[in-house]
Amino acid sequence: MTVDSQNDNATIGIFARLQPLLARLLQGGLTLLAVSLLIFLAARALPGDVANMILGQSATQEQLDLLRVQLGLDQPLWWQYLIWLGGILRGDWGTSLSNGQPVADLLALGVRNSATLSGVALAVMLPLSLLVGVIAAQLRDGFVDKVFLGMSMVANAVPDFVTGTVLVALFATTVLHVLPAVSFIPPGDSPFSYPDALVLPATTVIIPGVMYLARLVRVAVIDVMATEYIQTAELKGLSPSRILFRHALPNAVAPIIPAASLVAAFTVGGVVVVEYLFAYPGVGSALVDAVTNRDLPVIQANVLVIASAYFIFNLIADSFAQRDEAAGQRQSKA
Amino acid sequence: MEMTLTTHQWVRSRPVSGWWRLWASTQVRWGVILLVAMTVLVVIGPFVAPYDPAAPVGKPYAEPSAVAWLGTDNLGRDVLSRVLSGGVYLAWMAPVSALLSVVIGAAVALVTAYYRGWTDLVLMRSLDVLLAFPGILLTLLCVSVFGPQPILLVGLVVLTLMPGVARVIRGAAIPLLDREYVLWAKAVGTPGPVIILRELLPNVSSPLLVELGLRLSWSVGILSSMSFIGYGIQPPAADWGLMVSENGTGLGTQPYAVLAPILMIILYTIGGGLIAEGAARVMARTEGKA
Amino acid sequence: MTMVLKASGLTVERADGAPIIEDVSLGLDRGEVMGIVGESGSGKSTLALALLAYARRGVRIAGGSVRVADTNMLELDTATLRKARREVVAYVAQDPGAALNPMLTLGTLLTEGLAGSKAEKVVRAREILRKVGLPDDEAFLQRRPRQLSGGQQQRIAIAMAVIAKPKLIILDEPTTGLDVSTRAKVLDLIRQLCISDDLTAIYVSHDLAVIANVADHVTVMYGGQVVEQGTMQEVLATPRHPYTRALLNAVPSLQARQTLRPIRGRVPAVGEAPNGCIFSDRCDHAIEACNTRPALRLVGGTQVRCVRPELAEAFEVRPQAVGHSDRQVANNSAVLQADGVNAFYGHRQILFDVSLQVEPGRCLAVVGESGSGKSTLSRCLIGLHGNLTGALSLDGKPLPLTVDQRDRNARQRLQYIFQNPNASLNPRRTIGQSLAAALANRPEACGNRSGAIIAEAFERVGISPHLAMRYPAELSGGQRQRVAIARALVANPAVLLCDEVTSSLDVSVQASVIELLRSLLADGLGMLFVTHDLAVVRNIADTVAVLSAGRVIEQGDVYKVLSAPSHPYTQSLLANTLQLPTEAIDVPTIARRQSAAGSR
Repeated sequence: MTVDSQNDNATIGIFARLQPLLARLLQGGLTLLAVSLLIFLAARALPGDVANMILGQSATQEQLDLLRVQLGLDQPLWWQYLIWLGGILRGDWGTSLSNGQPVADLLALGVRNSATLSGVALAVMLPLSLLVGVIAAQLRDGFVDKVFLGMSMVANAVPDFVTGTVLVALFATTVLHVLPAVSFIPPGDSPFSYPDALVLPATTVIIPGVMYLARLVRVAVIDVMATEYIQTAELKGLSPSRILFRHALPNAVAPIIPAASLVAAFTVGGVVVVEYLFAYPGVGSALVDAVTNRDLPVIQANVLVIASAYFIFNLIADSFAQRDEAAGQRQSKA
Repeated sequence: MEMTLTTHQWVRSRPVSGWWRLWASTQVRWGVILLVAMTVLVVIGPFVAPYDPAAPVGKPYAEPSAVAWLGTDNLGRDVLSRVLSGGVYLAWMAPVSALLSVVIGAAVALVTAYYRGWTDLVLMRSLDVLLAFPGILLTLLCVSVFGPQPILLVGLVVLTLMPGVARVIRGAAIPLLDREYVLWAKAVGTPGPVIILRELLPNVSSPLLVELGLRLSWSVGILSSMSFIGYGIQPPAADWGLMVSENGTGLGTQPYAVLAPILMIILYTIGGGLIAEGAARVMARTEGKA
Repeated sequence: MTMVLKASGLTVERADGAPIIEDVSLGLDRGEVMGIVGESGSGKSTLALALLAYARRGVRIAGGSVRVADTNMLELDTATLRKARREVVAYVAQDPGAALNPMLTLGTLLTEGLAGSKAEKVVRAREILRKVGLPDDEAFLQRRPRQLSGGQQQRIAIAMAVIAKPKLIILDEPTTGLDVSTRAKVLDLIRQLCISDDLTAIYVSHDLAVIANVADHVTVMYGGQVVEQGTMQEVLATPRHPYTRALLNAVPSLQARQTLRPIRGRVPAVGEAPNGCIFSDRCDHAIEACNTRPALRLVGGTQVRCVRPELAEAFEVRPQAVGHSDRQVANNSAVLQADGVNAFYGHRQILFDVSLQVEPGRCLAVVGESGSGKSTLSRCLIGLHGNLTGALSLDGKPLPLTVDQRDRNARQRLQYIFQNPNASLNPRRTIGQSLAAALANRPEACGNRSGAIIAEAFERVGISPHLAMRYPAELSGGQRQRVAIARALVANPAVLLCDEVTSSLDVSVQASVIELLRSLLADGLGMLFVTHDLAVVRNIADTVAVLSAGRVIEQGDVYKVLSAPSHPYTQSLLANTLQLPTEAIDVPTIARRQSAAGSR
């Protein structure tokens, strides 16, 4: 690649860079549509008749039929889907079958609580994993590093509810009694008003996340430290801090960003189990409750929200990964 | 032009092929030993259990005693007997799901990576759709519709884990396609399936084992999590995940009812974790050399 | 004369105590250039780094001293050592693409670590950019390394090294990855800087020809030891150590086709060197006395580590020239022919109307620099590059353009040998299995005879059949390349397509592969040999096609093309190809240095 050809490439580059993003977005929209259809069908396939459930066993056939017509259940399935989808897009998420409240209101509460939990967890997780990873890389093959590797292997293998239960035993019920085992947050209150209720659920999410990400950071830093440009920097007589912060970290962070987005996605997906464990009032526990109660609109809404969040983080991870891939290709051609 | 190696050099520098090279890793060996031991324990467990795991033997949440070594659970059943019997489902469901996800994932990955074209596009895009759906949600939805049947659970775990395996193996296989030995095989007209089996597969053995270990841990994780939230194995059957949720309220008074099954789950998942870790290290070593 | 570098007794060890370099001493006066030459595994890069008091991970400097100007490099605390690396000694790495941090701008890379205000630094940076022949505007300072060509990157790396005006600069294979014309320009730059800035430099290279063109003194390294050390002229004219002699004998010459004498065996691995003279296990003249390690001693102006350096007088220095190919084409019919081949990558055309032919028993060399399309051409011929137009024919019959349309016979008759011996064999198969897999494509040769055919192929390439159980990782690069050739021979081919097969090999190993290929030509095989190295062309090819930017610009008899090139591109290629001086007195070293040469 010569110096001059670089400028010519720039204009083409914008299109080349935008096109995969647009394709991704389009593909993402289709994926979400497919997800929504899947949710709709799965929810419809749940055993038990909705009208029966609302009116109870004593209802007459006429009452049931009337309700079915009111709910649109007599329409063809694809029409019901379109109606439902249209409602979702207009912000009309229906009403809960179990308590008659608008789903949108319930969802708003759940989303706020879950977003708070995930947000707090991620805000701690990302800087912490960078720190832990860099330290482990610096102490490579030493005792601390080996302990870290062992712990991270365990933390990555063990399911969230096990980590959470062990934390509860340690800090809430069995060994120490400093934190609540159950995160009671009254509806409508901000989770930030109950910081101690947030600690254990957040920690349960943070531990495997940090252990996973820090490991990637460690490998990335070690890889970068072994490159010739770091050797050159050392041979130029630069200070260790300049080498770490100016030369190594910017190169080490690049491969970690997609992984971080992926961890964010996992955090959102794993929220179901963690919230159930701590009875934390978010979308995850609401979903489990709704499935138990066969509360169709609530199930649909919660699944759709979790899937969308999961999807968005995945999309971010993908586009970063693709950008790196493209950069790698450019590099190998040069 | 002949070079002679001393026996000493010969033995020391001899790189062992494929799977044996992986077995040489201490972690892989310990992982396999742990898994085998756990499987044996789970299989003979129901026969050596002192009591019927479903029958009460004392009052609820009794502390460990000579009668019930690990105490009793929320319904007064013997914790030890339930722990010994509680891994049967996991012991076959988790390995089967992990194996199926890795085999199917690897097959999809290698075939699509080698042949490219529109099948590649369609298959990988549909896997992307699957990846875009958090596994636990899919499992939750389907189980709530069709009920917690073991076959269904296995199928769902495979569906959840397989796309990830396919992605990783595909990522490992694509650089191999530009390696000279694969190009050579193409140039002399070796049929595609032979190239996939003889040239590609042996060279992704390390990532395959990493995936197998990892996915085994995750299978255990998903399956026991499903039991834990009440959509896996149903009471009164004994199951580790179920036991954790059943006895969660008694954690303060009778922790063994929760900690014993948790320990079993940890040991089981660590087995997979060790295999993945060992294989990953072997991979890093060989790549570092190349 | 002030002595700038004085290293003595330098030893670098692995963690287990096995020495990587042992007891190395160097001395260099102001304004002199010392060439350090050695093949892979000789410890030359370890030595270069040790001069900066730097040792790679898992390796430590175990003893000796390094004095640069007034600084004792090995006895500094970390802060002072950093200062010394900024101001006293500088280093230029082999691969500038890897040695320049891709995330930083050229301005930052050049000026970081310098003292002074920002404005002063920019002035310095511009000054140095002009000096190394690069643009000095603000926009250029804002560029990042990946936006430069390989030659420009190396100029930046050199600028980075000299910007702080160090007393000594260490260049570790700075021109190895570059094309001949770029290499010539970078070498010119280094020579210029040596004169204009009176630089004292260590120049590390595997390439004797390059060293001969820049250095006043040369140190020959083998197995971590200095085997010979002296002035350039002296060492080239009368190489006294058998290894130096063998190395010179293995270098192909551009002037004449010669017998190349490979060195048997392989470079000892660290910790596995013979007890006596380090070269004794590969030396043709080893005697009983060689079982004790000889010390360096001064013989006729050079330091030699050999018990009988007087042998130098007994053997001729340069190998004999062999007559140019007398293999006349018997029936003049091409076995492989390409007509009007055009090849594309996407919409970009790589090859334009390329026509050539390969005759049995003769070798056609395709020469070109990187990006000329020479590798694409060989892939087109083997049928792995799908996107092409034109006509191919094999044995007079049309040959389909892609491999999956070709019949089994065509696939067997054309065999390909790759550049990189490390990847051309499946690492998970023993070499015997690799050959058996090749034979599986030849059903008529399967069964009872297969073992015999494989053994025969191994014998033919000089690999003992009892190595068949080994994996590629257990073999040296040269052996792997032989196995790759054996695998091609198993198919009983008519034409071998060789893609840069010797370029990743050490010169002594290259010699053995070239000799092997020559003998295959004598057996009647047709050969297409893709390379960038004109000296190799001279030594193997009968005809040559010069490829530039996808076009054949000159084609003809090797003798004619290399002696009297008609196209200016071929002329410049020839002019830029560095050669060992045939008469050591003609060393085109910097004239000013002649006076300094005798001072050691």
